[in-house]
Amino acid sequence: MTTAAPEVSQAKRQALSVGLATGAYGVSFGALSVAAGFDVLQTQALSALLFTGGSQFAIVSVIGAGGNPVAAVATSTMLGVRNGLYALETSRVLGVRGLRRLAAAHVTIDESTAVGLAQATPEARRVGFWWTGLAVFAFWNLMTLAGALLGNALGDPRTWGLDAAAAAAFVGLLWPRLRSGLSVATAAVAALIALLVYSWTPAGVPVLLAALAALVIGLARPGEPEPPEPGHLDGEDPTP
Amino acid sequence: MTLWFTVLLAAALAFALKLAGYLVPASTVEGPRRSRVISLLPVALLAGLLLTQTVGGDAGLTVDARVPAVAVAVALFALRVNFLVVVLVAAAVAAGLRALGWG
Repeated sequence: MTTAAPEVSQAKRQALSVGLATGAYGVSFGALSVAAGFDVLQTQALSALLFTGGSQFAIVSVIGAGGNPVAAVATSTMLGVRNGLYALETSRVLGVRGLRRLAAAHVTIDESTAVGLAQATPEARRVGFWWTGLAVFAFWNLMTLAGALLGNALGDPRTWGLDAAAAAAFVGLLWPRLRSGLSVATAAVAALIALLVYSWTPAGVPVLLAALAALVIGLARPGEPEPPEPGHLDGEDPTP
Repeated sequence: MTLWFTVLLAAALAFALKLAGYLVPASTVEGPRRSRVISLLPVALLAGLLLTQTVGGDAGLTVDARVPAVAVAVALFALRVNFLVVVLVAAAVAAGLRALGWG
């Protein structure tokens, strides 16, 4: 039995600390999800099966506002596109085959991708990815349960300001993405679209129409794609 | 029933997107315009969600205790305060204002 290379031990340490820090936010998701009308089991299913933070917050926000399921699923799915892009990168370094690809796909999120790709050796990259994915999954689900039970015990969500907490969570998800003039402009146009159409479209639709801002601004001019900041993934946020 | 349908369909589609990255060649998403739209998409969606979650109401746009709570959240994120702390403070601001009878 030889001791692991220092790079691998470091990858494990990083994975666990990221898993704990990120998993903690699951408590806010759990509480907001039951406030929006999902039961504890459905809330848990969102964290276990959907397992991507932005999409989870989006679904409970749209449904909580009385939006229809199609709008909620469409919003969630568009927010999940970035995980597919991460998978293009991680598939190169992991070298997974067969059924293990299913497990790798499920834990392909901001954190596992970031920690995995940041390591120095191929083995450390694999360890960093898997350990982070599994640690975030475990803690995120555990804290979701805690939050859901807490939310159930609270009673009226408005009295406790949970609607404002959900809005604050979106500020937190959006904040790290506003690194360029182009993304600030996109956010402003998107908010304006949602504001203008809010009063005469069904719940959930304003957000879908806001997505057009990305299309219009993204296609508006030729040139370079948005460069991610060094040390950062393109569009990572504080949740999985 | 509808909620379960929503949960399971969203989960299936999210998983399909993740798995697609392991199965398709990278060239499917290459190109400056395409990747720019893909990177701006979450920004637009989250901004739309933020707006509707802040001033959306059953009977049109509403300004209530959520607005000052979100203003406080923006200030705290600008100061790099931890995500969970900001969410809790925002809830406390709105709950406090409502306890005082506003919003």
